[in-house]
Amino acid sequence: MNAKDDFRLECRAWLEQNCPESQRQPVVAAEQYWGGSKGEFASDDARVWFERMRDHGWTAPEWPVEYGGGGLDPQQAKILKQEMQAIGARPPVYGLGLWMLGPALLEYGNEEQKQRHIGAIVRGESRWCQGYSEPGSGSDLASLQCGAEDKGDHFLVNGSKIWTTAADRCDWVFCLLRTDTSAPKHQGISFVLIEMDSPGVSTSPIALISGESEFCQTFFDNVVVPKENLIGGLNEGWTVAKALLKHERKLMSEMVTNPPRSLMPPADLARAYCELSDDGAIVDSRVRSQLVDYEMDLQAVALTQFRIFEENRAGTPGQTPLVMKYAGTELEKRKSELALAILGHHGLGWDEESFSETELATTRAWAMSKAMTIAGGTSEVQLNLIAKNVLGLPADYHGR
Amino acid sequence: MALVLNEEQRFLRDTARDFLAVNAPVNALRALRDNRDETGFSLPLWQQMAELGWPAIALPEEYGGLDFGFLGLGVVFEETGRTLTASPLLASSVLGASLINAGGTDEQKSNLLPELAAGELTLALALEESHHHDPAATMMSAQRDGEHLILEGKKVIVMDGHSANLLAVVTRTSGQRGDQAGLTIVLVSPNAHGVTRRRTSLMDSRNYAEIEFDQVRVSTTACLGETDQGWEILEAALDRARLALAAEMYGGALECFDRTLEYLKEREQFGVKIGSFQALQHRIAHLHTELELNRSVLLQALSVVDENPQQLPMMASMAKARMNELYLLMTDEAVQMHGGIGVTDELDIGLFLKRARVAVQLFGDTGYHQRRFATLSGF
Repeated sequence: MNAKDDFRLECRAWLEQNCPESQRQPVVAAEQYWGGSKGEFASDDARVWFERMRDHGWTAPEWPVEYGGGGLDPQQAKILKQEMQAIGARPPVYGLGLWMLGPALLEYGNEEQKQRHIGAIVRGESRWCQGYSEPGSGSDLASLQCGAEDKGDHFLVNGSKIWTTAADRCDWVFCLLRTDTSAPKHQGISFVLIEMDSPGVSTSPIALISGESEFCQTFFDNVVVPKENLIGGLNEGWTVAKALLKHERKLMSEMVTNPPRSLMPPADLARAYCELSDDGAIVDSRVRSQLVDYEMDLQAVALTQFRIFEENRAGTPGQTPLVMKYAGTELEKRKSELALAILGHHGLGWDEESFSETELATTRAWAMSKAMTIAGGTSEVQLNLIAKNVLGLPADYHGR
Repeated sequence: MALVLNEEQRFLRDTARDFLAVNAPVNALRALRDNRDETGFSLPLWQQMAELGWPAIALPEEYGGLDFGFLGLGVVFEETGRTLTASPLLASSVLGASLINAGGTDEQKSNLLPELAAGELTLALALEESHHHDPAATMMSAQRDGEHLILEGKKVIVMDGHSANLLAVVTRTSGQRGDQAGLTIVLVSPNAHGVTRRRTSLMDSRNYAEIEFDQVRVSTTACLGETDQGWEILEAALDRARLALAAEMYGGALECFDRTLEYLKEREQFGVKIGSFQALQHRIAHLHTELELNRSVLLQALSVVDENPQQLPMMASMAKARMNELYLLMTDEAVQMHGGIGVTDELDIGLFLKRARVAVQLFGDTGYHQRRFATLSGF
């Protein structure tokens, strides 16, 4: 038995003892715990599960122990993830602090900033949203205008940010702000943290085609922000932003291989909703063929994620990760369209009691999937990046 | 799982690449085609490949093989795909040797495998009878006559069938068209009385034969495996051949990609490199994505042969179906992005375009492997 197997057994035993039975069931959105001052647990079990994981450092398994993380290496973190998946354990806490800001802070924050924010994220005390896009700055993110004026001992922030997830329930927003209006667009941007309860900050929810309104527009009207909230150097925010986007895109590409378990996989949907021949084959040859395509694509994406992991472990990282956001989210969109096709009339329900929960969830997920290839950089932006950064092609003829 | 090549495998790849670049570049295939070469491959080249041990890579040591593993063999095939190298490596060393290894008696293995591993004997599988790959549809008859079988029928698209020293012929000895049971594989000398071989000229300039069997009489001891029990042997060998071919196809696609990317960086129109046009950038970036995803599929599929053989049928179908689509897409896009020169015979891309069309049909097109994958998946 090697150290790897030892660790696996240790994880298994600990989880067995500490993960309440109710926390091993598929989680629905309403039961997710997102932390922060406005965060609420859906049940006592959810609270107990979170607290045990938090005290073990396993809400952020790979982060350094000194900031409250678990201090695991990537191999161990992967084993923990596998063992959690094996018993269906829910993530104890969700959040952009854990997924995106934390890793960027560990890389670019100063000691004081790490002390102040990392521990609070691990302990679920702060909930974060992202302030990148603006109404006039989508794919051309670097054209952003929301400004931070230097007032000596503080910044004065004016403008607005869009697609700030659950901004009305967050404690903090991490923002890209224009700090130099005369420099080339990428060079006049700074990465700044702003408390949501600062005077002058307001939010307004945005209704989406899925019927949800998780996203907000956030307005800044003469908001005073202390200078110690600047991450990285002044006007060097683009570097931090790019590092953080990498985490976001990885996360989005992984959603396709780790879907929420409340949704039925397309193959199961097909067995339930399609006409089958005596030997169990789907009679509709188009659906059958599309399902094969999907199953193969899914394996291709999963195997490529694993290959990236293996290449990193072997110390020979390649350029592959750049393609994963594009490949993963496009596949997710195809999957949702296939699921809808399989459901037929049963996929058309909206506010309708005669449809099952699975049917309604599949329909809502279909509508949400349209955002996957847009959020975090559109597929077209991803292809631009691959062409430029991986394939070494010259800047676009029309300039960008 | 081996999604990253180890040092020995990388070394083999580099050796193969260097060897083929010098001894069998794309121009070698062009020369075979233009000279209407009768063998269809270079015998001296084949002997050099044998000296490098390539026919022996995945065969067991006890029968003269190197036991280096199927992934290593795949690495070599990827390189032969980049140079479109014609040789009996696929038909004989993979398909033929796998048949003997899967179905042969100890005696048949001891007699045949060492010679196959040394490249001295070449074997061809006579399987197809119609216009699509469909092993279960085999109807060629083998009538029992005492201690003999009488073979009657015609086989088509027999890879290297005109040059092989030995034929493995798939026959139906019982059951109906479409049944997996009832197939019997028989080893037949191409010089046997009643065998007529005719080399056919296909678009990829490789070697395929039509073979007629007119009352060919062979001993029942020439059977490979039990009578009526040929299916599993056949599938084991075909799946290995599908994977080796998939690796070749991936290599061909990669070569087309590299050449096209290079062209986008060189060719100028409207006063700029055409690679600066977003319309082309998005297409080549998509092709790059397809290569990355399919590389993982290919490596995994090659690995399961030795590490997880029960997954072989599914992974072989997945790899073949995906490499089919990859190679078609890649060669089409390569021609289009090269523009006018892309449709000239002078440019090598056209040779890849044609090889892709033949390779797609060999051992099952995309539809065949999609249906097989669906059945194995239980839907």
